[in-house]
Amino acid sequence: MDVLKTTLPYIISGISVGGQYALIAIGYTMVYGILRLINFAHGDVFMVAGLMMVYLSASLPLYLSIPLMILLTVLLGFTIERVAYKPLRSAPRMSVMISAIGVSYLLQNLALYITGGLNKNYPQIPWISDRISLFGMETSRVTVITPFLTIVLVFALVMLINHTKIGMAMRAVSRDFETSQLMGIQINRVISATFIIGTFLAAVGSILFFTNYPGVVPTSGAMPGLKAFVAAVFGGIGSIPGAVIGAFIIGIAESVIKGLDTILIVNGVISEQIGLATFSDAFTFVLLIIILVFKPTGLFGEKSTDKV
Amino acid sequence: MIENKSQKRKNAWIAFLCVLAFLALIFCLDQWIKPTDKLGMLLIVLQKGSVYALAAVSMNLLNGYTGLFSLGHAGFMLLGAYTYAIFTIPDKSRDAVYQYFDAAIRFSIPEKLSQHMGGFGTALGVFIALVLAGLVAALMAWLIGLPVLRLKSDYLAIATLGFAEIIRAVFQWSKLGPITNGSNLLKNFARASKFKLEIAGTKLSLSTFVPVLIATVSITLIVLIVNSTYGRAFKAIRDDEVAAEAMGINLAKHKMIAFVTSSFFAGVAGATLAMVLSIAQANNFKSAMTYEILLMVVLGGIGSITGSVIGSLLFVAASEWWLRGLDSGKFLGIEAPNIFRNGFRLVVFSVIIMIVVLFFREGIMGEKELPDLFRKKKKDPAKEAQS
Amino acid sequence: MSEQKTKLLVEHVTMQFGGVVAVNDLSMEVHEGEIVAIIGPNGAGKTTAFNVITGVYAPTNGRVSFDGSCVVENYPHGKMKKSYLGANGDMFHEIKEPTPDKLTALGMARTFQNIRLWKSMTVFDNILIAKHMKRSSNLFSAAFRLNSAEEERHRAEVMDLLRVVGLEDEKDDLATSLPYGKQRRLEIARALATEPSLLLLDEPAAGMNPQETGDLTQFIAQIRKDFNVTILLIEHHMDLVMDISDRIYVLDFGRLIAHGTPDEIQRNEKVIDAYLGVVEDAED
Repeated sequence: MDVLKTTLPYIISGISVGGQYALIAIGYTMVYGILRLINFAHGDVFMVAGLMMVYLSASLPLYLSIPLMILLTVLLGFTIERVAYKPLRSAPRMSVMISAIGVSYLLQNLALYITGGLNKNYPQIPWISDRISLFGMETSRVTVITPFLTIVLVFALVMLINHTKIGMAMRAVSRDFETSQLMGIQINRVISATFIIGTFLAAVGSILFFTNYPGVVPTSGAMPGLKAFVAAVFGGIGSIPGAVIGAFIIGIAESVIKGLDTILIVNGVISEQIGLATFSDAFTFVLLIIILVFKPTGLFGEKSTDKV
Repeated sequence: MIENKSQKRKNAWIAFLCVLAFLALIFCLDQWIKPTDKLGMLLIVLQKGSVYALAAVSMNLLNGYTGLFSLGHAGFMLLGAYTYAIFTIPDKSRDAVYQYFDAAIRFSIPEKLSQHMGGFGTALGVFIALVLAGLVAALMAWLIGLPVLRLKSDYLAIATLGFAEIIRAVFQWSKLGPITNGSNLLKNFARASKFKLEIAGTKLSLSTFVPVLIATVSITLIVLIVNSTYGRAFKAIRDDEVAAEAMGINLAKHKMIAFVTSSFFAGVAGATLAMVLSIAQANNFKSAMTYEILLMVVLGGIGSITGSVIGSLLFVAASEWWLRGLDSGKFLGIEAPNIFRNGFRLVVFSVIIMIVVLFFREGIMGEKELPDLFRKKKKDPAKEAQS
Repeated sequence: MSEQKTKLLVEHVTMQFGGVVAVNDLSMEVHEGEIVAIIGPNGAGKTTAFNVITGVYAPTNGRVSFDGSCVVENYPHGKMKKSYLGANGDMFHEIKEPTPDKLTALGMARTFQNIRLWKSMTVFDNILIAKHMKRSSNLFSAAFRLNSAEEERHRAEVMDLLRVVGLEDEKDDLATSLPYGKQRRLEIARALATEPSLLLLDEPAAGMNPQETGDLTQFIAQIRKDFNVTILLIEHHMDLVMDISDRIYVLDFGRLIAHGTPDEIQRNEKVIDAYLGVVEDAED
């Protein structure tokens, strides 16, 4: 019982973090499903969303700045695809991946220039930033909202993909790029739609994520981005439910490891801090490598065979 | 058989003499230019540039020649930097460096050897520490390669990136503090700025010469490998894996050879970087470093060693020196302190890189090498005569 | 024929991809020095059979022996065992799934249906790399040029080979800049550079006109004589097949429907029904 009692707070905050990762991970997994591209810039788009919120809320009320921020982020995602990925449609996959790394480098440097490298405080958003108490522990309301909001958004997304024309086109394109082109699907529209959905979710995710953190710096997006990508791989890249489940697993694992020292001390396993929290980020990659070695297609990924 | 044997030997000699002349020039520059001069930046660019050139060439061996898209370079450089630093910190500075820990490793290879052999011992010790740095990185690459090299392109990239992050976390772990100094930096080890050659009472600076020498020797080794039968096998794997395997090339073995070799030189590059910067800290070896090296390779042209060298020298020169003005208010005579402030240099720079990535995908050299350029010049008149 | 040595023995090979049975219970035998052809309509499983023989795919069931020793063997297990309906499910007990390079080392070399040359390299280098397998040098001796005698010998051998296949004038051209027919020849030369005793040719005449096909027919016959190799080939050009094959195996929907000498096959009712009739109609 003691183990549960000490671990529970970490699991709850892990579920919240997982929800935020899930929203980013969907962007990765959808883009990969369609373009077979690891969009390294996605995490940085997420960071830019955070920064835009900081600047917009300084001069506009929240009910204007939030929609505007989401709109601008979506526009950014759309533009990146058109400028940096579309011209490379027929190039080798490595070139597109390098272009994505280049965009990530550009966004980070741009953010560095604009902020001067300083930490920008994220605005307090009423109600969701409020402190509440849950199972006897103090947390902000966003922790509780995140997983529910994530589930709702994912549900809406799955409905969109399964029951609309554009969703059907997306499924077709991710199944077979060339054939769907021949069948008259307008590939560029599908890809743009994918990027728009992906960045929209990342923008929503950024509100939830940064509310829990002191502020935004140019490298804020890198680590969450990587982790969300790992989550997408973990769940089987190209699969939306897979990405969401992967994200929750990684969020919980990360959060529990952050508090593992304390948990182990309280339960008498060890007598002093041994600094396991250092591995909270690295453990994500341990999970990644384990899954890649034993089930390279991820938990829900489809198997593909190479043709000789 | 375009060139007969004596012609080949002649070319090898020419190349060798060119390298010697280049090293002699660097040695002289090291004496003529004082770090405080206006041209002092040139020395810094040469030092850092040579380190990054080695790092870029070793990455190119893997990404460009063998077609294995690996993003773990920073991790292997970290291993090299730490190995080198740990084994060259002099005894008396050790406790000062390991402020919060009880240092576990208490011998410095250069110091031990210099007690017996003097100055030559120091040099030999530094050399041994460098090789050791490479070997540690190579050993880790071998361990990582066993499970990871079976993965296909993007999965390999993300798995190696993950390993680099794990290595970084392990080195920052406080429980390993007695060896790695935890998240604190390592310093006071054998560093380039302290390298001097004493002849007849005059002290000659070697602070640029040594890093350039290390990079030159290492890159020469890589060139020899690339032009050998193994280099050709690597290219065959890149061009068509299935055909390579069908022609009797053992994929697992050759991918491993390329991965381990590349990591060995990445380790040496990391050690040299520590030597140049005078510090080693795990936090500097983030994935951003791998990305930067990758962009240098792309700038020069994937699959060209000459390109990687030029690309990294340009990259370092532009970001450290030529574009400095963009950060400090005045560039090319234009004064605009509001725009040209801190960070603008990197913005301009990343825009340039994006332009290269999008519109000049071949990079500076494409897949050509330096000798190809000379050969082409010789051939062209003949072709014109024909037509 | 019984006194001839068996070069390649394929026993009850079945290859299943999910629910699709690409090769179904295929057994065949190739004797030393023969030219044997596998024919059949598109999708009959010919290339899949090649891929099993050369170790690219592990078969669901069956065994391949080369020079009298087993090189590939597998049997259905787990889920496959339940879904696998073949009669020989229990015949094999070992799992032996060597990689293609190991089989090449034993003396099997192949070409590909969709030419797979190394694009960025010259004609000369394409063949030279096939010699890599024969190297005795390791990374260090290769890098420091301690193997120059071997290198020179291999280069001379490559030149000889280029002369035999008539590509010596194009040796410094990029492999992909060659005309189609010559690329095919180059691929065969590359396979020969590994010094095989069994050469597998996957549709060597695909996309060739009658003139080129005629040249190729002679070329293959010449190779058999000059290099003393056994040849197994897949082909659609009936002229070529009937001209040079000693024996023919006919596949249809993954099953062996007939085998025999070219004369026997031309007279076989089943084959005419399933295959030859269709092709002749198409060619008229």
